[in-house]
Amino acid sequence: MTETATLPVAERQRRADLVHKLRAAFADCQFLFETEDTVAYECDGLAAYRQLPLAVALPETEAQVQHILRVCTELKVPVVPRGAGTCLSGGALPIEDGIVLSLAKFKHIVELNPLARTATVQPGVRNLAISEAAAPYGLYYAPDPSSQIACTIGGNVAENSGGVHCLKYGLTVNNILKVRAVTMDGEVVEFGSLAPDAPGLDLLGVFIGSEGMFAVVTEVVVKLVPKPQCAQVIMASFDDVVKGGEAVAAIIAAGIIPAGLEMMDGPATRAVEEFVHAGYDLSAAAILLCEADGTPEEVAEEIARTIAVLETSGVTRIQVSQSEAERLMFWSGRKNAFPAAGRLSPDYYCMDGTIPRRHIGTLLGRIAEMERQYALRCINVFHAGDGNMHPLILFNGNDADEWHRAELFGADILETCVELGGTITGEHGVGVEKINSMCVQFSPEERDAFFAVKHAFDPVGLLNNDKAIPTRARCAEYGKLHVHHGQLPHPDLPRF
Amino acid sequence: MTDMLDSFRAAVERATRDQTPLQLVGSGSKHWYGETPHGTPLDTRGHAGIVAYDPAELVITARCGTSLAEIEATLAEQGQMLAFEPPHFGPGATLGGCVAAGLSGPRRQAAGALRDFILGVQLLDGQGRVLNFGGQVMKNVAGYDVARLLPGSLGVLGLILQVSLKVLPKPFAEATLRFELYEAEALSRLNQWGGQPLPISASAWQDGVLHLRLSGAEAAVAGACIKLGGERLLDADCSALWQGLREQTAPFFAGRVESAPLWRLALPSTARSVALPGAQLIEWGGGQRWWRSDAPAEQVRTLTEQLGGHATLWRGGDRAVGVFAPLAAPLLQIQRRLKATFDPAGVFNPGRLYPTL
Repeated sequence: MTETATLPVAERQRRADLVHKLRAAFADCQFLFETEDTVAYECDGLAAYRQLPLAVALPETEAQVQHILRVCTELKVPVVPRGAGTCLSGGALPIEDGIVLSLAKFKHIVELNPLARTATVQPGVRNLAISEAAAPYGLYYAPDPSSQIACTIGGNVAENSGGVHCLKYGLTVNNILKVRAVTMDGEVVEFGSLAPDAPGLDLLGVFIGSEGMFAVVTEVVVKLVPKPQCAQVIMASFDDVVKGGEAVAAIIAAGIIPAGLEMMDGPATRAVEEFVHAGYDLSAAAILLCEADGTPEEVAEEIARTIAVLETSGVTRIQVSQSEAERLMFWSGRKNAFPAAGRLSPDYYCMDGTIPRRHIGTLLGRIAEMERQYALRCINVFHAGDGNMHPLILFNGNDADEWHRAELFGADILETCVELGGTITGEHGVGVEKINSMCVQFSPEERDAFFAVKHAFDPVGLLNNDKAIPTRARCAEYGKLHVHHGQLPHPDLPRF
Repeated sequence: MTDMLDSFRAAVERATRDQTPLQLVGSGSKHWYGETPHGTPLDTRGHAGIVAYDPAELVITARCGTSLAEIEATLAEQGQMLAFEPPHFGPGATLGGCVAAGLSGPRRQAAGALRDFILGVQLLDGQGRVLNFGGQVMKNVAGYDVARLLPGSLGVLGLILQVSLKVLPKPFAEATLRFELYEAEALSRLNQWGGQPLPISASAWQDGVLHLRLSGAEAAVAGACIKLGGERLLDADCSALWQGLREQTAPFFAGRVESAPLWRLALPSTARSVALPGAQLIEWGGGQRWWRSDAPAEQVRTLTEQLGGHATLWRGGDRAVGVFAPLAAPLLQIQRRLKATFDPAGVFNPGRLYPTL
């Protein structure tokens, strides 16, 4: 964290001049520069990383966004776009010498066309608000990240957000038709189209998930889909996590694509049961939640097929929700896994690696070893259908050594995911959090290519720079510090 | 496979040194698509084979020269498929060509396009570097999604060495319904049905007849047949109908005189009827409209653009008008920078997508 008071006089003067210039240039939009105002923007959902911005601009129109970006280009001021600030990887962490460009005032649904099944929305519209607006027409916006009540569509586009229904309904990238955005030089660009495709290279595809580093989104057209008539969930218990993983593979190999397929390990189940009292099987080593949706006949058919598969997969107990209330109760534990972790421990650190499903058991075994190695507990919930794991490392943030161990534990999990043929992040993004782990997943040439792709969109390199892609120098530094497989630096120090 | 890779690298080095561009070629099944290819042909078929396939993972990874037929047969053995139903346009069609062309078939309206199924790509770039983007898992947001730049890139960014695609189980049941409807009525119904939970997986309208394919759970297909009415086709006739549309062997595509060019209009599904001289076939719920028309290219393009879409000169006609709709200046600039990044010497299929790419 930077306190301006500790800066040399010349530097303080330079910043004051810069703020003065920006303030004059942005006279027509809300502009925050006093610390008591800007402090609210010092972090996003990854609160362990904090940085005060130089200032915060809150434009209301696209023309203002163009003006802000042109001025910042001219003055060489970095810009960090921000939606609701729910990012879990520090994607909206301010840059010390830059401004935060908040899209909070872009919160209008411009048009909802039920016949075309599209919604044209401003980037600050909340994910859930789109589905709420579409509900009277029997439609909804499918991607449902767990933060959907708060997170905005602009942020979803930046992160290519997922959710529990991705396996069947796709990610953000599969549900966006068109994005309108402003590049750092103030030019308005449109990626994608209302038609099934757009001519030329698929810039929309690479733009989604670019972590706010290519252009500032000012309007998004999303695809709406018919809301399934009903849904039913199976809750299955296993006495062994590996058997649970094998059951997931068997369901998919049987030609079933469930609407949701989620797993919790025993410790996670016990933690959430204490929190929600949903009647979870406390003797189970793993609980699998498998949801079918569609017409009542379709759901009945899929539930019967799924049960038949489970019965040959070593399941120890099966319950099928018999009402909507029961379905929501079965889900309540999975959906409250994070707050339940918060009750077990002062802090938790959520990981987000994805692995091929067949390695779920292997990864959980390795995490159990790491718990001993780093002397920290970890509970596991995951999107079993797509192999996206959310290990929650429990630690006490007031203890600097615990936080340090938690970070190393997390990096070790991510690198194990890469080793098992997976990736360091399935849906939360790299941001500042996993930037070192990128050195492990990608070669120097691949990282150079990423920088070049960024340069194609943002040649001046001022938009949310220094995130997501590590420099060669950074990776060299990380390589020196990094000792593989959990050999902590200073192994001679006692750990508890 | 190292030998193949070395020979590809050598070809790229030679092309760079001699300033003679390469023309990437699989079986040549889509040779006619896009701007006219030129340069020294580089056959990619030697780099072939399925690298990994585990049905329970819903992912297949194969090298560029693998034939699409082999991939689809392998998937079919496990009851799975490429859900975007890529057209082969020839018996030897390869995976590399399939991805480079980026085309999808009838199921695209429900399942999504090729670009929605691409999980990872291995690329040989203009500097001879082998680059991996994406991976073999469903959810992956590490690094920019460069793999998604490749479907439809027509080889201008580099040689696609290997691809990982998401696959899906084949539906448990399918049925095709036939309705007699005027164009406007058909478009209106297709859009209304699209907003209802119906298992519609493909549609085709031509000369007052709409065919609708339903795919899904047995109960869902049976229920939709009752709800929608129409005349149900014999199962034996269904696959020929949709295969004819996918491969463009249906009379509309194959049987007419080649003199009138074939245009592909990509439009918002709700766009009103297009008024052009000639014959029309509508797919993808109204999103893809084929026109055999002698109308001047400018008329076709202007009309399509006014309706919110873009027109491609698919087959025939005067290619000098540009095969693909022109790009807005800032978009072209970004695409040229991307081309310069991956292919600085301009050796890969230059001009195949746009004259300046």
